[in-house]
Amino acid sequence: MNESRRTSAAAHLWRCNGLIWLALLALLLTSFGTAYIPLGGWTTLIGIAIAFVKAGLVAVLFMELSRSRALIRLAGAAGLTFLFVLFGLVTAEVLMRLSGR
Amino acid sequence: MSHAEAWLKEPWSDSQRERDAAKFGIWVFLASEMLFFGALLLTYTVCRIEDPHAFALAGRETNVWFGTVNTAVLLTSSLTMAVASQAANLDDAPRRLIGLCLAATALLGVAFLVIKGFEYKEDIEKHLVPGPSFPLAARASQIFFALYWILTVVHAVHLTIGIGLVSRLSGSILLGRLTPYRHPQIEVTALYWHLVDVIWIILYPLIYLPGRSL
Repeated sequence: MNESRRTSAAAHLWRCNGLIWLALLALLLTSFGTAYIPLGGWTTLIGIAIAFVKAGLVAVLFMELSRSRALIRLAGAAGLTFLFVLFGLVTAEVLMRLSGR
Repeated sequence: MSHAEAWLKEPWSDSQRERDAAKFGIWVFLASEMLFFGALLLTYTVCRIEDPHAFALAGRETNVWFGTVNTAVLLTSSLTMAVASQAANLDDAPRRLIGLCLAATALLGVAFLVIKGFEYKEDIEKHLVPGPSFPLAARASQIFFALYWILTVVHAVHLTIGIGLVSRLSGSILLGRLTPYRHPQIEVTALYWHLVDVIWIILYPLIYLPGRSL
C-alpha cells in the first residue's frame, strides 16, 4: 500500500514537471525556427521574448516561486528590479546619444 | 529523532526556520548573480545597439546546432533536478529516486560541458578568437566573440561548481549518509542549478540566433 502510494506520488511529479519540460522544448524549437524567418528587428525581439517566457517558466514552476513565501519572492524581485534599472538607464543614454548623431 | 531533526544545525531552533533561512540566503545570492551576469549582458546590449550588423554577421559564425542541443540538455537537467527537489518534500521521500535524479542532473551537466568542448574546438579551428587572425573584418565582430568567450566560460565555471555540488549530494544520498526528507541542501542546490539554466536560456538567443535570417 505504502509502496503504491510512493509510486503514484513519483509518477505525479514526473507528469507535472514533464509537461513543463515539453513546453520548454517547444519554446526552444519555436525560437530556433523563428530565427530563420526574415522579420528585421522583430526576429531578435521574438527570440528574446521567448527566452523570457522560458526563464519565467523555470523560475515560477521549477524554482517554485509560485509556492514560495513573500520574502523569497521579494528577494528575486529585488534582483530583477535592480537589473531593469541598470538596463533602463544605460540603454536610454546609449539610444539618445546614437539618435543625436 | 525525526528525519528533519537529524540535519538541524546551530543556531536554528527548528527545521522550518533553517529551511526558510537557507532558501532566503540562496535567493539573495541568486539576485547578486543576476546582477553579475546582467552587467555582462548590458555590455553586450550596448555594443550590439552600436553595431547590430556586425553582431548579426558574427552570430552567424557560431554553431547553432551545438547551442540548441546544449540548451535542450540543460532544460532536461532542470527537469531531473526539479523532480529530485520536489520528491525530497514528499512524506516518504524516495531516497533512490532522489539520488538517481541528482546523478542524472550531474551527468547532463557533464554532457553539456563535453558538447561545449567540441564547440570550443571548432571555434578555435575557425580562428573565432579575437586577435590578428580573426576572420571577420568588422571590429564589433571581435567584440561579439570576446563577449561570447567571457559569457560562456563564466557560465561553464558556474555549471562546473553546480556539477560538483549535485554529485556530492547524489553520492551522500545514495550511500545513505544524508537523509533527503526536506533537507535544505537539496532545495538550495536545486535553486542554484536552475539559475545556471536560466542564464543559459537568456544567452541562447543572444549568442546563437543573431543573423540567421540574413
